[in-house]
Amino acid sequence: MDFPENLRYTKTHEWIAVQGTKAKVGVTEYAQKEISDVVFVELPKMGQVVQQAKMAAVVESVKAAFDIYAPVSGKITNANKALESNPALINQSPYAEGWIFELELSSPAELGTLMTAAQYHEAVQQAPKH
Amino acid sequence: MPYLSLTEEEKKSMLGEIGVRSFDELIKDIPVSLRDPKILLSPSLSEPEVQDLISKLGRKNTTTRDALSFLGAGSYEHFIPAAAIEIVGRQEFMTAYTPYQPEASQGTLQAIYEYQSLMTELTGLDVSNASHYDGATSLAEAALVALKHTDRLKLLVARSLHPHYRETIRTYLAGTPYKVEELGFDVKGNFNREELTAKLDASVAGVIFQTPNFFGNVEDLEGISEQLHANGSLMILTANPLSLGLFKSPGEWGADIAAGEGQPLGLSMEFGGPYLGYFVTTQALMRRIPGRLAGLTEDADGKRAFCLTLQAREQHIRRERASSNICSNQALCALAACAYMTLLGKKGIREIAEINWDRANYLRQKISKLKNFEVDSGSIIFNEFRVKSKKPFARIEEKLMAQGIFPGVALELFYPELKDQFLVCATETKSKEALDRFVEALAKC
Repeated sequence: MDFPENLRYTKTHEWIAVQGTKAKVGVTEYAQKEISDVVFVELPKMGQVVQQAKMAAVVESVKAAFDIYAPVSGKITNANKALESNPALINQSPYAEGWIFELELSSPAELGTLMTAAQYHEAVQQAPKH
Repeated sequence: MPYLSLTEEEKKSMLGEIGVRSFDELIKDIPVSLRDPKILLSPSLSEPEVQDLISKLGRKNTTTRDALSFLGAGSYEHFIPAAAIEIVGRQEFMTAYTPYQPEASQGTLQAIYEYQSLMTELTGLDVSNASHYDGATSLAEAALVALKHTDRLKLLVARSLHPHYRETIRTYLAGTPYKVEELGFDVKGNFNREELTAKLDASVAGVIFQTPNFFGNVEDLEGISEQLHANGSLMILTANPLSLGLFKSPGEWGADIAAGEGQPLGLSMEFGGPYLGYFVTTQALMRRIPGRLAGLTEDADGKRAFCLTLQAREQHIRRERASSNICSNQALCALAACAYMTLLGKKGIREIAEINWDRANYLRQKISKLKNFEVDSGSIIFNEFRVKSKKPFARIEEKLMAQGIFPGVALELFYPELKDQFLVCATETKSKEALDRFVEALAKC
């Protein structure tokens, strides 16, 4: 499984790519496999204020609906509209075309609480197998 | 054998875990006088005695079959074909509760699917759920959908909407940040357009109308959906489903959600329930639909099969974040509606609607000639209309009930300002002779 080095990760399987004061968020390769075929994504609204570890979006698969948590606090500046017509992008390209939303960081210090690729890789390996 | 056994050994181990020696010690804080109070019950009865008692109690009721009833106001007397009753009474349907292993119950799922298909046709909208408890709860769920979908805080509700439905919506929203504001009605009883324009601001999630409204008037909703949508608000419409055989459907009015009471579709009055809430909406709101949906699919062999679909948001998966936590459907009541609509067919539903319209208009015209009563002959009605009495209505009601006639529902019960006004309903169950008998009795009041 692929966990890019330049990203930071959460225990709840989101990744975050920071660029200056903004960051893009999506779900990991591991998460998309667990979620299985994504059929619908409920995107956050522009300008919505989100808090670290609180729900920001919903990803729905054929088997269940999953809450997607904000890795850090901030304000939503963009959402991936392409997912509305093609939600499967999350399965096909979780780290690129399947990004979910972009936010403006309000507390960049929170980034320090997130995992590196190596830490996340280890966490996933310890996760119970289904 | 009891379902939950409790052996002496188990008792001892549980008491030991709590740290007491005996059951008496466990309950020592409860005063002795409260521990085993005498419950005063009459001695037990034998089976024939019970049957006798119950039928005696039952005879105290006066049903709409014993009397000549003009009661409506949300619960309507209609003829139900024997074939519909027979279908509903089949044990495969009658004894089954909501299917917990749904795909094993293909017959039940097919019945729900057929019901949904018929409701979408009748309302002119895209997607129907498998039904709700009743009209009031279904409409309250529609209100929640509008609030969540628009992310706004206020609902506008026409005061000409059934008072019980308004109460249920308020109960649903109690303790939430959401607010309900009402829209008044004019002298004819139609919702006030100017008030709507004045109150329709950026905080309004949706507006709820009823047609025919509580006073029986068919509302003119021309331009309303355009006005609401331009404001980013949803239009929610509740309509007597049988009236849709004759009048414009919610879809034709541009409504986003049609939700309401399905009782007129083959369910008897039954003292107020069990009834059937219908909920039908557009494709755009499909994922916000509360409750269950049956869908058409193919099985592993490519054969036609039915399944529950769009379940990911139901409570057994989404828990507290489910779009609704009353998603039980009224499967048997929905089946009754399905059987009723199927047996009548498109033409039959139109015919029944026409007869209702005809009877109510005949009766209104006759009453308009009486000197002690007033009606508004200009309003378009379906099977119900408002009558103003020049004499106290309570006296008239008393006098007519003594003759075995229920004259209608006193509007003052719900609208204090509508003193001595009552709501009269005449469905296809009332013959010309019955209507004339009622008019004659009113003339003597």
